Amino acid sequence: MLPNELDDLYKDVILDHYRSPRNTKRLEDAHVKAHGLNPFCGDEVDLQLLLNGDGTIKEVGFQGRGCSISQASASMLTEELKSKTLEEAEALRKLFRRMMQGEKLTDAELEFLGSLEVLEGVRKFPVRIKCALLAFSTLEDGITEYKRKKRS
Amino acid sequence: MFDPKDIRKDFPILSRTVHGKPLVYLDNAATSQKPRQVIQTLVDCYELYNANVHRGVHTISVEATERMEEARRKVSRFINAPSTEGVIFVRNTTEAVNLVANSWAMDNVGQGDEIVVSEVEHHSNLVPWQKVAHQKGATLKLLPATEDGRVDLSFLESIITQHTKLVSVVHISNMTGAINPVKEIGRRAHQVGALFMVDGAQSVPHMPIDVCNLDCDFLAFSGHKMLAPPGIGVLFGKVSILEKMEPFLRGGEMVREVWYDHATWNDLPNKFEAGTPNFTDAVALGAAVDYLDGLGMDAVRQHEIDITTYALKAFAELEELDVIGPKEAQDRGGLVTFTAGDIHPHDLGTFLDSEGVAIRTGHHCVMPYHRKLGLVATGRASFYVYNTNEEIDTLIQALKKALAYFAHAS
Repeated sequence: MLPNELDDLYKDVILDHYRSPRNTKRLEDAHVKAHGLNPFCGDEVDLQLLLNGDGTIKEVGFQGRGCSISQASASMLTEELKSKTLEEAEALRKLFRRMMQGEKLTDAELEFLGSLEVLEGVRKFPVRIKCALLAFSTLEDGITEYKRKKRS
Repeated sequence: MFDPKDIRKDFPILSRTVHGKPLVYLDNAATSQKPRQVIQTLVDCYELYNANVHRGVHTISVEATERMEEARRKVSRFINAPSTEGVIFVRNTTEAVNLVANSWAMDNVGQGDEIVVSEVEHHSNLVPWQKVAHQKGATLKLLPATEDGRVDLSFLESIITQHTKLVSVVHISNMTGAINPVKEIGRRAHQVGALFMVDGAQSVPHMPIDVCNLDCDFLAFSGHKMLAPPGIGVLFGKVSILEKMEPFLRGGEMVREVWYDHATWNDLPNKFEAGTPNFTDAVALGAAVDYLDGLGMDAVRQHEIDITTYALKAFAELEELDVIGPKEAQDRGGLVTFTAGDIHPHDLGTFLDSEGVAIRTGHHCVMPYHRKLGLVATGRASFYVYNTNEEIDTLIQALKKALAYFAHAS
């Protein structure tokens, strides 16, 4: 392995989010809540979304324990979610997954991903892709559950 | 006493590189590497006498059957089983535990009864008992561990009671590395009339085991952790108990006579070996036993005490590292589980891999005890017959580099 591949994985901004995660306050009255666990490694992410009256995301909270990739990606996701609609959040999640699967994204798509693009280096470490996806699958579970409750 | 450097040539994989660096394989508690002697045995099985066992009258079927039964005799001698009837080939330790849970516990454990395991069990010796307890209205009790991860004997009498039907305990913890005082635990189990099972996944490959001396009713272990292929393992059971048990899986091979509405069971051990058995891997397990016998299990154990002593001393010199489990190599198997300050084990594992060093990172299938210690995951370096002190040096150098890398990046 080339040393710079490791540096691609552990970019400074990723380690910064790991050391100082953003939006870690638990939102007790959140509309969307989910708990995510990667049973393979024990990494955990709790995610909460508080919505505005118009359905856009007002505040995001996350708490978790785990490796730098799982926690940094969750922290970065919380920053990207603010003021998006749940549909846009879903689109963001799908886009991120496509990037992790190795698809080439258009410039517009990369722009939509925002800061999450720096996690692209994780792709070179296949066993760590699951770490990066944990927060996103937690988001998916939360939104699915929220929609299910809303229907019933 | 063998020199690990001399036997490394028997293990082809040890000469490969990872990311351009020599492979330093320190994940033996997960699975061991295979010597040429075992690999060649597999090749011979397929090239010379591949046929279904216990069925045909033709020559190669007879040969295959004889090879498999010869392997059973070798395994039987290896653990000092009184007879081959109590040596059942299964897939792995997990299947062995499930066999006992389904065939013995489901019929002998009832409402209000107790099953006792320890706090440090691998999931394979915990989850099957949860099912029995839930379905039968029994209680699953835990023997607490001491601070250094050993079963605490001071709780034996209060936890193992007249209501206890079965006690099943891990011999060497794959997480804390502690060697548990299984003889004492077994004695207490038998005192209250309970059966006693030992999870030997981490002990049978690494130290001399004598089931008569342990006086266990069941012993479970996996071949792949002792130089054999995955997919073959062993359940040892006392014949008097196995005879009274119902079969686990039903179908071919395990029957004597079959009518449309019922059937009678084959003799031991075939009663518990339904379907075509994994005879090639069983034969390879026999070859692995030959290899270990050649080294001598006392020597294998001594080598692991030596290398673990060396590793514990080296780990102690790095203040960022905290080792879990007993402090003395005498009290533990050949593995060292640790945390490295605030570096997450997965980040550490990825870094070490870039240096060619393979260790296990995660919860090692011991989630509840990690949770109890307030840990999500740990790193684990585990040793076997071919590991050298020089490899420990490489591990330590790589750990130092990792500590520096993550310190710099923060």
